[in-house]
Order: sequence, then C-alpha cells, then structure tokens
Amino acid sequence: MPRTPRPTIVLVGHGMVGQRFLEELASREVTGRARVVVLCEEPRPAYDRVQLTSYFSGRTPEELSLVDEGFMERHGIELRLGDPAVAIDREARTVTSRAGLEIGYDTLVLATGSYPFVPPVPGSDGTGCFVYRTVEDLLAIEEYAGRSRVGTVVGGGLLGLEAAGALSGLGLETHIVEFNPRLMALQVDEGGGAALRRTVEGMGLTVHTGVGGKEITTGPDGAVTGMALSDGSAIATDLVVFSAGVRPRDELARDCGLEVGERGGIVVDEHCRTADAAVYAVGECARTADGMVYGLVAPGYEMARVAAGAIDGELGGAGGAGSPGASFTGADTSTKLKLLGVDVASFGDALGRTEGCLDVVYSDSRAGVYRKLVVAADGTLLGGVLVGDAEAYGTLRPLTGSVPPVAPEQLVLPAGAGAPAALGPSALPDDAVVCSCHNVTKGTVRAAVTDHACTTVPEVKKCTKAGTGCGSCVKVLTALVNDELEASGVTVDKGLCGCFAHTRGELYEIARTRRLSTFAELLDGHGREEARGGEGCEVCKPAVASIIASLAPVLGASGYVLDGEQAALQDTNDHHLANLQRNGSYSVVPRVPGGEISPEKLIVIGEVARDFGLYTKITGGQRIDLFGARVDQLPAIWARLVEAGFESGHAYGKALRTVKSCVGQTWCRYGVQDSVRMAIDLELRYRGLRAPHKLKGAVSGCQRECAEARGKDFGVIATANGWNLYVGGNGGATPRHADLLAKDLSDAELVRLIDRFLMFYVRTADRLERTAAWLERIEGGLDHVRDVVVHDSLGLCAELEELMAGHVANYRDEWAATLEDPERLRRFVSFVNAPDAPDPSVRFVAEREQVRPDLTLLSGPDIPVRTLEALEGSTAR
Amino acid sequence: MTTATTGTRTEVTTAATTEVTTRTGTAAVSGEDRTAGSRVEVRAGGGWAAVCGLSDLVPGRGVAALLPDGRQIAVFRDRAGRTYAVGNRDPFTGARVLSRGLLGSAGGRAFVASPLLKQRFDLATGRCLDDEAVSVPVYAVRTR
Repeated sequence: MPRTPRPTIVLVGHGMVGQRFLEELASREVTGRARVVVLCEEPRPAYDRVQLTSYFSGRTPEELSLVDEGFMERHGIELRLGDPAVAIDREARTVTSRAGLEIGYDTLVLATGSYPFVPPVPGSDGTGCFVYRTVEDLLAIEEYAGRSRVGTVVGGGLLGLEAAGALSGLGLETHIVEFNPRLMALQVDEGGGAALRRTVEGMGLTVHTGVGGKEITTGPDGAVTGMALSDGSAIATDLVVFSAGVRPRDELARDCGLEVGERGGIVVDEHCRTADAAVYAVGECARTADGMVYGLVAPGYEMARVAAGAIDGELGGAGGAGSPGASFTGADTSTKLKLLGVDVASFGDALGRTEGCLDVVYSDSRAGVYRKLVVAADGTLLGGVLVGDAEAYGTLRPLTGSVPPVAPEQLVLPAGAGAPAALGPSALPDDAVVCSCHNVTKGTVRAAVTDHACTTVPEVKKCTKAGTGCGSCVKVLTALVNDELEASGVTVDKGLCGCFAHTRGELYEIARTRRLSTFAELLDGHGREEARGGEGCEVCKPAVASIIASLAPVLGASGYVLDGEQAALQDTNDHHLANLQRNGSYSVVPRVPGGEISPEKLIVIGEVARDFGLYTKITGGQRIDLFGARVDQLPAIWARLVEAGFESGHAYGKALRTVKSCVGQTWCRYGVQDSVRMAIDLELRYRGLRAPHKLKGAVSGCQRECAEARGKDFGVIATANGWNLYVGGNGGATPRHADLLAKDLSDAELVRLIDRFLMFYVRTADRLERTAAWLERIEGGLDHVRDVVVHDSLGLCAELEELMAGHVANYRDEWAATLEDPERLRRFVSFVNAPDAPDPSVRFVAEREQVRPDLTLLSGPDIPVRTLEALEGSTAR
Repeated sequence: MTTATTGTRTEVTTAATTEVTTRTGTAAVSGEDRTAGSRVEVRAGGGWAAVCGLSDLVPGRGVAALLPDGRQIAVFRDRAGRTYAVGNRDPFTGARVLSRGLLGSAGGRAFVASPLLKQRFDLATGRCLDDEAVSVPVYAVRTR
C-alpha cells in the first residue's frame, strides 16, 4: 500500500530563534507529522547568545546550551552541525549544504540570524581584530588577550559594553570607541548616557564618544599595534573587538531572488512568510510586516511561534492563520541588562519620540543613578530609561500604555525622598505582560497559583515559562506568586519539621542571639506549640546538633559533639563517629589532608584493614574507606590509627570532608602554584566544621583543573597571579559548576574569603542544602553573596571571620578525644548487656580477594550467640 | 535467672509503661549511677530479664540488648523518663540497627526512626508510621 510521504521542513540556522522554532514545532507535534532537517553553521547546537559573556565568568559552552539532552532524538529531528546551507533552488525546492548535501523541502524556514558589522576601516582584517558573536569568537579573544595588554572595543552599544566588560575582566586596559555622542545611543537618552559613562569610567575604562576608528595600524607581522581615530588622536592597542551593530544575514534569500529590505532583512508578512509561500524567515534575518529588523531575542521567539503555528496549520494542525495570536505585527523592544555591573533598562518610547510627550527625570550623578519616564499629556506612561538602579523596571514596563496609579514624579524619586512605598506588582492590571520573553501576563501567573495549584516560584516558572528567559522579571514574579498565595489563604510552611515552624537559618539566629546551647531550650521555648516538651524528631535533632556544634565556641557549648544532651541529637553516624552501612557494620575514613599520604601511613592503613578484616576502597575525595567494622571494633581500629598520627576524616558528619588537590607546581610541568600545600592548609583549617550539609573543596595548580575544583563547594584554581576562588559547585545527581567569586587572590585573601563564605553559608542555609542549592535559592544569588563576603555589604565579615577563628582554635580530633575517655567509649558495644559479644548478624563472605556483607543473615530470625548462663554472667556485671 | 532486686517493684502491663520518679534529668552517667540506680527489665520468655541500668540509657537514644534466648532488642528512654523496648531488627533492611535510631515524638507518641532509611516505628505499638503493613515486635519494660 503506498504511504503518503511525510512532508519535509528544512530549517536553515540553529541559533536561539531556530531552536525555539523547533520547540514550537515539537509542542504542536508537527515533528511527528513531518521530517525536520536542520542545517547549522556553527560546530555546536543552539546556545544562549544573550548570556554569551557569562563564559568569561565561568559558564562553559555546554552550560550555555539551549538544547535539552535527547531533544533532537526524541523528536526525530536531523541536526547537521558545521554544515551551513549555501544555496536555495526555489523552483526545485531544494537546499544545498556546504558538504554537498541536497535536501528537498516542502517548507523552508530561514533563521540565519545576523552577522557583526565591521566598519570598512583599513587594517580591520589584521591579526588581533575580532568580532563578538559566537562561542568561537570568545575562545579566540580569550586566547589572544593572554598576550595583549590593551584592548579596544569599537561600538558603545549593548554588545560593545559587554565586550568591553569582558576585555577588562581579562585584565586588559580597555577603551571604548563610540561614533554616537553617547553610550547606548539606541536605548538611553543623553542624561542616561552621561550617567552610564561616569559609571563605566569609574571602573577604569576609557570612553571615546563622537569619534570613529579611521585606521587600524599593524606591525610588520600583521598584528594590530594601534588605532587612529577620526579626531586625529590615536590609541596604542594590541587587540580590537568590533561590536558596532549587526546586519541581517539575508544573502541566501537574495541569491534565490527573494525580496529583501532596503537596509537588509528578508521581507516577510505578518505570518513570517516570504512572497514564496513555501519559504519563511524568522528572527534577526527577517524584515517584519512593520518594516523593522528586530535584533532582540523576544521578538525572534515570537516570530518562531507565529511561523510554527502557520506551518502547523498548513499541515492540518490546530495552528494557522486564523488562530488567535497567529500574526506578528511588531514587538516590545524593552530591555533590562546588567552591563559591567550597572543596571540599565529602557522600555516603550524611551527616547520620547511620541508627539506631545513629556519627560519626568530624576538624576543623581554622584550615585550614577538616572531615571526618566516618558508620559503623554493625559498621564499615560509611554516609556522610560533607568540607569544605575533598574529595580522599578519590573513594574513600570508592564504599566506602559496605561495611567499608573501613582503620579510619575513619585515613580522616579528614590525611596525616602518623598516617594511613597514602591509601587508593588499588585498595582498591575491582569493583562499586563510580566515576562516579555515568553509573553506571560499577570493573569496567567495568578491562574498558575489559583487554578494549577502551584505553591512555589519554581513551580510557577515551570507551569507558565515566566521568568525562564532573561530572568529580569523574577523579582516581580516572586512578589506576585506570594501575593496570590496569601490571597488564596495558602500559607506556605517553611518550617524545619513538625516540631519547628522556623527554618534552619532562623533557628541558627535564635540560638546565636539568645545564646541557647541545648535542644530542650530551643524546642520548649521556640518549637511549635504542640511539639513543646516532646522529643523532637529525627529531622530537627541532628539539625540543631549541627547548629550547636557550629556555634559551640560562641555558646560556650562543648566542642565534643557527643557530650551531654548533644549525644542524643546526633544521627547514628555522628553518634558512633563512623558511617553505618547496610548490614549494620560501619566504615572508617581517616583524614588524608589534600590526598597527600606517606608510604608509612599507607602501610598502617593496610595493616589495620588486614588485621580487622576490612574491605578497602579508594574514595573520590582522595582517601581510603575501610568497610565492615563492627561497632565494638571501632575503638581498637582507631587506637591504631590515632597512634600512627591519623585523625577523624568526618566522613560521617555534615561537615568538611576533603580538600582534593592535584600535584601542583612542585612536580607538574604545568603547575603555577603549590596546590597540594594550599589544599592541606585549607583542609586542616576547616576540618571538623559542622555545616547544614557536607562540604567539599579542591585546589587545582593550574587552569587545566585536574582537581575538579569547580565541582566543589569551594574550589580554588591557581593563576600566575595567585588564586581564583569558585563557589557553589556540586557533583552528584544535579551537577553544577562553581561560580567565580573572586580572582587573583593572595594566600591570605583566599583564606579570609573562604572563611567568610563558609560561615555565611553555615549561618543562612537550610537543612541539607548544599552550597549549590543555597546559591540558587537565596535572593540575589551569587551577586548577593559576593556583596556580603567580598564587599561586606551587611557589615558581617568581622563576625564571620571571628566565628571561623573560634572554630579553628577549638578544633580537637574527635577520635583522639573519644579514646581518652572511658565514659565516651561505653557506647561502642554491640549489646549493652553483653559488651564482649559481637553482633552475630554482622558477618562477611569473600569476594574479589576481600570481603562483602553476608546479607543472607539479615533475612532470618536472630541467631543465638551465647548460652543463658553466659548472658546472665554479663548482665550481673 | 537472677536480677538485682533492690527498690520497689512496679508491675506493668503495656509496652510503654513505667513512670520513673528518680533521675529523669540529663544524661549524666557515672559509675555510681550504674551500680546504685534502677535497673531496666524486659519481659521475655515468661519472666523478666534485666538488660541494663536506667542510667545506661541516654534520654532520646537507645541501646541494643540481648534477651536470654538470643533475640536482639532495642531499648529506649524518652525525656520524660519513660522506657520502651522493641525488636532491634529493621524490617526494611534486615539489619539489627533500630537501637541506633533517633527517638522522636509526634502527637504525644514516641517513635524511633530507623538509622538506615529513616522509616519511623511507634515505640508503644511497634507499628511502622510510614507503611501500615510493617511492624516490629514490642516488649513490656519495667524499671526497678
């Protein structure tokens, strides 16, 4: 039986808009009805070009990827990387790729994006000239910057400022050359540009406005040596980045006779279709029905949606020209960005081009703050510019087009200068667009809470997609969700457990400020009403034990975690200072600081393992785990280890585990610092520190990163100038690369920063919240943590350092302290009434030259070990 | 069997039983307490087996003990001084570890959370609070 052949859709270009188009096809199940082939020029699948610069603050190209693992396979999409389209034959309906592949299409979608405009300046092809658009561009700039001293960016727009920030971050003396009389001329007005310039100059960058590059001079080897400017002056520079705007990539369309706009761009109608009904164009390469070429991602996404809907309709789906929202007639070009650390936002008619409009301006050059609102004569908000403090963007942008409930002058004044309480998101109408990347209205967000039972911001994000684009609306989104939860009577219980309505961070503060050092005081005085006087539970007891241990020097509590009441709070692992395994035996991990161990100590570990019949395994943290110890054997095992100079490795605690290291400068030909020494110093400094969860560190001796420091809670990577500190990394089920907190630190600066970071984490994190999750959760994220621990924005640093100093001074090896005290040793018996009897259910069988638990013993009834007489003898003791 | 028989004898009928009027304070343990203090006895095989001194029990924690027939039990003491005994075998894993779990309370009832996978068992009834189909044996306890 003949089958109807599936139609073929060919997508040319796999950038952000191309990927969104594929997602739109998939969500409409068009991918099930049609063959989809994608031709991609770049060697990697679509990535987040908007966040490109974050590569320089540590995001890897993989982390920038926009394509979920398995997306292409799941939807049967054929993606050809590094194989761009080179020709289109509209008559034969074929596309030819660079590799020579000829693909017939039923529908062709052009999403070729744009290319950076390089002004026709002599020398602009010299060695050391770059553009700033792809991951490959950034890799090349980074590489060349390594041997440069001065860098110049041509273009002072959005991207130019980003590029300048990147060069400055790479340690180059940086110049910005802008032909317009001000920076960001397209987005901000003169006043905003001036505020921006002052701030940028305050960061040590040199700004040249109202001039253009006249010539780029090169040396005999063809490498850039300088740039002559149109006003006759010159800059000695080693590297030039052109970031003077982009042009639509419409050459394929031109070559096959499709109409393009006067200033470029493939001409499309409101359904993003060209005059050839089989050919669409979306994103930056398209000239839309309103005569514009949009260079922002949000309009591109909108076009992807419209085109996918139209194609769906042609293939018999629900979308199509008649369906609602099926046309693209123009887009919001509002933007909010953090450039060089400065908030810059513009929205609506930012430059006041509407006839008869009026400005309301607040300007404080000292603080680098500039705010302007453009209003119509009747008070309608038309647009605005915010520089230095764009906090109000989230509420002002959605109000554009309506008359705000508060007079405009009050909206631009800073708090405390006669301004009323900031206009909250509650003032927004239901049809106000909260998230412009995904076109989500306030009403949709509210419905997510009321109709879809979302109770957290992450749930609402997942449900509505709001806040998952540029992220600028998350603050407003959070306020809206909280308002709505409150209004619908949902109280979100953030309490630690059934015993405490407080979070762990709150309990920490209560214990610290009220000097409470016992669980009973905390539970009876601060627990939930119904839990007071009770026992607590398995959740809050270890959490409070950890808080008391962290604060012990301040509270005057015992530094030994098994003294007095603390003994009753610890999880079994802490209680026996070893790790409980599945058959009831324990594993033992001696500390091996930095992973450095002498042959003599290795031999001791081997002998102990052999003599006690323990299974040995090397851990991921560069130490050795000894498995299969009965609880009554632990003291004898540790007596041998302590005698040989070992200490507890705290593998059993929510505490510092290891600081892993590579071999570093001492031996490695690439090493630039002594990573082993630093790892040992750090491990010995923080050993025994109790925290909300386990803590891991690592130190790498060079950028090759053999210690995998960026997978740790604190990771240190050596540079020629000192140490870079990364925080919030994680392996495990949800891996996360650590973020750069500070760079080129001296030894002392590094230790001080880690002190502060760890103590701030210990103080504020939730129970069992690793630093990675904590950084993601806390308001302000990494920036906030940096403000607190680097810039001391909360005035806490001295206190945090003092807490850590107290910890370091109070540290005592727990196993040595246990062995010294017969009372502390009493818990290490299998049976209280038969202290010499081993637990008969803990047995082992041989496997691969070692032992493993004999699990068959666990399924049956208890096995008698002693005669009645013998037992009576022991109980009488 | 023989047990020390000083002090007043308190008969008990349920698992969560004894009202203890002496030494319900902190977990301070000394050698003197052990010899001079009350003894904890568990009913087994038609008689009472002494398993430990009351002062061997830290409020909020348990110990493992052997019954004369070789069965393993977990004995606990709560903040109010009440004592409990259940089988030491964690039915979810088979490991004899319940004595090493943390004691807690909810709605006025004491429970122990298994140290392995954290299922909770009511100490008075032995019922698992996370899976009704599962329970552990309970034993009568008295202090004398």
